[in-house]
Amino acid sequence: MRPTLISSMQNDTRPLLSVRNLRTSFFQDEGTTKAVDGASFDVSPGKTLGIVGESGCGKSVTAQSILRIVDRPGRIVAGEIVLTRADGSQTDLAKLDPNGREMRSIRGGEIGLVFQEPMTSFSPVHTIGAQLIEAVLLHNNVSKKEARERGIEALRSVGIPKPERRIDEYSFELSGGLRQRAMIAVALSCDPRLLIADEPTTALDVTTQAQILDLLRKLQQERGMAIMLITHNLGVVAEMADDVVVMYLGRVVEQGNVDDIFHDPKHPYTKALLQSIPSIDSVPKLKLPTISGSIPHPFNRPQGCPFHPRCISAIAGRCDAEDPLLRDVGNGRKASCFLYQ
Amino acid sequence: MAEHAAALEAGVVAEDRIAVATQWQLIWWRFRKHKLAVGGTIVLICFYLVALFADFFAYVDPTESEAQRSLMAPQPIHWIDEGAFRPYVYALKGTRDPRTFKRVYVPDTSTKIPVTFFGHGEPYQLLGFIPTDRHLIAVEGAKPTESLFLLGTDTHGRDLWSRLMYATRTSMTIGLVSVALSLVLGVVLGGISGYFGGAIDTLIQRVIEILRSIPTIPLWMGLAAALPADWSVVQVYFAITIIISLIGWTELARVVRGRFISLKQEDFVMAAELVGCSKSRIIFRHMVPSFISHIIAATTLAIPAIIISETALSFLGLGLRPPAISWGVLLQDAQNIQALVISPWLLFPSIAVIVAVLAFNFMGDGIRDAADPYL
Amino acid sequence: MVAYIVRRLLLAVMTVWAISVLSFMIIHLPPGDYVTSYIASMSASGSAVSEGEAQALREQLGLDKPITVQYAKWMGLILQGNFGMAMEWGRPVSDVIGDRLTLTMVISVAAIVFTWGIALPIGIYSAVYPYSFLDYAFTFIGFIGLAIPGFLLALVVMYVGFAYFGANVGGLFSPDFIEAPWSMAKIWDLTKHLPIPAIVLGVAGTAQLIRIMRSNLLDELRKPYVMTARARGLSEYRVVMRYPVRVALNPFISTIGYLLPYVVSGSIIVSLVLSLPTVGPLLLKALIAQDMFLAGTIILLLGVMTVIGTFISDLLLMWVDPRIRFGRE
Repeated sequence: MRPTLISSMQNDTRPLLSVRNLRTSFFQDEGTTKAVDGASFDVSPGKTLGIVGESGCGKSVTAQSILRIVDRPGRIVAGEIVLTRADGSQTDLAKLDPNGREMRSIRGGEIGLVFQEPMTSFSPVHTIGAQLIEAVLLHNNVSKKEARERGIEALRSVGIPKPERRIDEYSFELSGGLRQRAMIAVALSCDPRLLIADEPTTALDVTTQAQILDLLRKLQQERGMAIMLITHNLGVVAEMADDVVVMYLGRVVEQGNVDDIFHDPKHPYTKALLQSIPSIDSVPKLKLPTISGSIPHPFNRPQGCPFHPRCISAIAGRCDAEDPLLRDVGNGRKASCFLYQ
Repeated sequence: MAEHAAALEAGVVAEDRIAVATQWQLIWWRFRKHKLAVGGTIVLICFYLVALFADFFAYVDPTESEAQRSLMAPQPIHWIDEGAFRPYVYALKGTRDPRTFKRVYVPDTSTKIPVTFFGHGEPYQLLGFIPTDRHLIAVEGAKPTESLFLLGTDTHGRDLWSRLMYATRTSMTIGLVSVALSLVLGVVLGGISGYFGGAIDTLIQRVIEILRSIPTIPLWMGLAAALPADWSVVQVYFAITIIISLIGWTELARVVRGRFISLKQEDFVMAAELVGCSKSRIIFRHMVPSFISHIIAATTLAIPAIIISETALSFLGLGLRPPAISWGVLLQDAQNIQALVISPWLLFPSIAVIVAVLAFNFMGDGIRDAADPYL
Repeated sequence: MVAYIVRRLLLAVMTVWAISVLSFMIIHLPPGDYVTSYIASMSASGSAVSEGEAQALREQLGLDKPITVQYAKWMGLILQGNFGMAMEWGRPVSDVIGDRLTLTMVISVAAIVFTWGIALPIGIYSAVYPYSFLDYAFTFIGFIGLAIPGFLLALVVMYVGFAYFGANVGGLFSPDFIEAPWSMAKIWDLTKHLPIPAIVLGVAGTAQLIRIMRSNLLDELRKPYVMTARARGLSEYRVVMRYPVRVALNPFISTIGYLLPYVVSGSIIVSLVLSLPTVGPLLLKALIAQDMFLAGTIILLLGVMTVIGTFISDLLLMWVDPRIRFGRE
């Protein structure tokens, strides 16, 4: 699609998106919820970054923070979100006016979003086309007729049959899988360089899941875009991601190459997560290990390492007192655990 | 956002005090935070105290009329007499208007009549069986009919304050009686509709839709006008409550049905069915307790509409008829604009209507929010 | 789509039928029948009705037949456009009602237009800026608006007009136009007089609709499609106006179904206070004079007009909401 850009991006070693110490909090009468509490990670151009964690760990809020669409009363309190633009310049998204012209041209234009609920991600009273063409018109200087052509093309590229008819249909006329494909078409209609997919397959049945993942992989290869894949499903991450970020209670606890993370997890939380999924080698009829306890409420997050109350390797007097930082643990990997510090 | 809400909920449950609280304690705690609702409740308690002890709060017989003292302006109580707290009113003396030659009463500033609280007045039976003559306000050494006109008098020279006290009794109770009838109809029909579903549900729903699409006031007017003219006050009172509730039950039925339908799909109802609970046990032990608070809220919110309906019907002369006294009956005097311009105090009863309706709305809203913050 | 129209049409027909039965009941509820009250009203005006005449009248009207036959006869007459005689007026009912029914509907529609015009922007504002100062202010005013019955508000408006401006703010026409035939000038005069009754009638409904719009829109604003619209790079104003407002508008339009009967109801009493030439004062007079034929007919026609209005709003709703058009709801 954009051969010159892709090649220039591939030569560039800078990350496409670099998130540093991002903190997003929700201010309510009952107290302040630190949904994201100092998250840092990079997304490399053309690569897939998987972000995993249990629900409530701040994955979705991280994505919303990057796009600057955090709902009130939430707000970015600190941190940087540096996006490397197509022309090589860098912009800190955290400093932009969320409703300003520049942020809006990045949203949808340079960063696309696919949401977890295809049921409700489309307006029920507008056609798919209305929402698709709108995005094209917004980010490209084209006529309405041309925008419609591009919309149809986008629907075709995500494998929707008879796109010239489907474009005038309403979202409730499509099946879940087709709807999610249409959603991807909208997100990709303006050729973003980064696609944020927030639990894109969670609401779909397993066969459709596989089709959507295949589609994402194929589109990534064709277009050379980066994908930030947010999911709680470790299987999806193993299949899709190049790099993995593990989040717990608004923090990044471990980060590294997908093979390293899966074969040699460092952080006790990552280890526990991996043990809790069944594998082909596990002994039949044996109870799967679970992580004891549940995620503490962000209002009363524990002192010290947020994971220590549930951690089997917690060091008394240390883990419940001090805050471990995300440190290099060799091989380009990072973990925030005193076992390695 | 969903993650966030879930996390929040988890935290709330984590708090021990809340974890062991009963449903009613939770509702009360949430209700308490709703300042307007608490205020509304206090106002309503006052209104019902007045309704219960109307004869104590009134200081004269509400039906006693004196044509000569018609349309007297309110006479304020003076609180401070010569630097001391000694409430008094001026005596009234009759003179003739030099232009119209009509007999009018003007305050005689030379004679002060002391006002006492909990003093003696006309004898009556408190709560219908305790004979007493104590009233909230009384005057010493004069008849209250001749000296005390807190809110002025109506066209027949009857004391508006005392009439307002008795009217409060009628209008506030008509709301309760009527809503009780609507509640029975609404819960039974809504419950049947929601629990059994199918053809009977369709039938009841159509009836509700039809009733809701008919302009109610003309219908009420027609039904009320058809009441025989020779019926007693009590007969008319109950006939009016029945007429109002015959049409007013639809909203309550809708709420009950909605709750039944959503509860039927809840896991705990399914669980109760699976362990073999009887139908009545499922309904009364499992389902009803979980939506009773909604019914209370809907009931509270239905009362103001009933009060307004009664007031409107009586205002038109089709509801309660004199000698019955209700807010609507009192407001009939205000129908004539010319009279109203000369004696604006005739509009005082409307303040009672508005305050009562407002208080019911605040309280009902508070209960609804407390019962289910997501409704 | 066809199923929806048929269902709505069926419901409308059933409602009209129910109203006709209720109206018929009202006509027959008081002791005696039409002829006894006719005789009474005739003798009151000095002309006697002989026994034979009365018998003939009874037979002509079928009053000696069973009640169901009488109902059928009455319906038959009405379907032919014959609404009977208004006793007190000595003229056919259709003559007496005439323009008044139209004016009732004109006022009701004006009140609904006012209600929507006010409630829509305020409801949107309150939902987009919940718990802001203005939101609280609107909520408070709304509560008071809900608590004041229309006829009381009308009284206050009349009182203020008289006491402070020395003007009669009631009526629908200037004195010159009351008896004048319809013309552009008369319609213009009517337009000038419409705002006060429309506002008086619309206040309570406005307060209700603001609350409906606010809570609907608050719900819609939380839905994922709003976030995806934002993620597409639309400006906040366009996101809100184009998507959630558009969706929240549907239940808003469907409120006409119960707003119309409510407003028509209110117009009856408000008309009395504001002395508007609608069917309201006529109905009250008829009821007090026990002219049940006139009263029953007015109630029937009011009901039918309301049902027609509601049916039109149903069609409107179908036109704006694709989910209904495709039978998904």
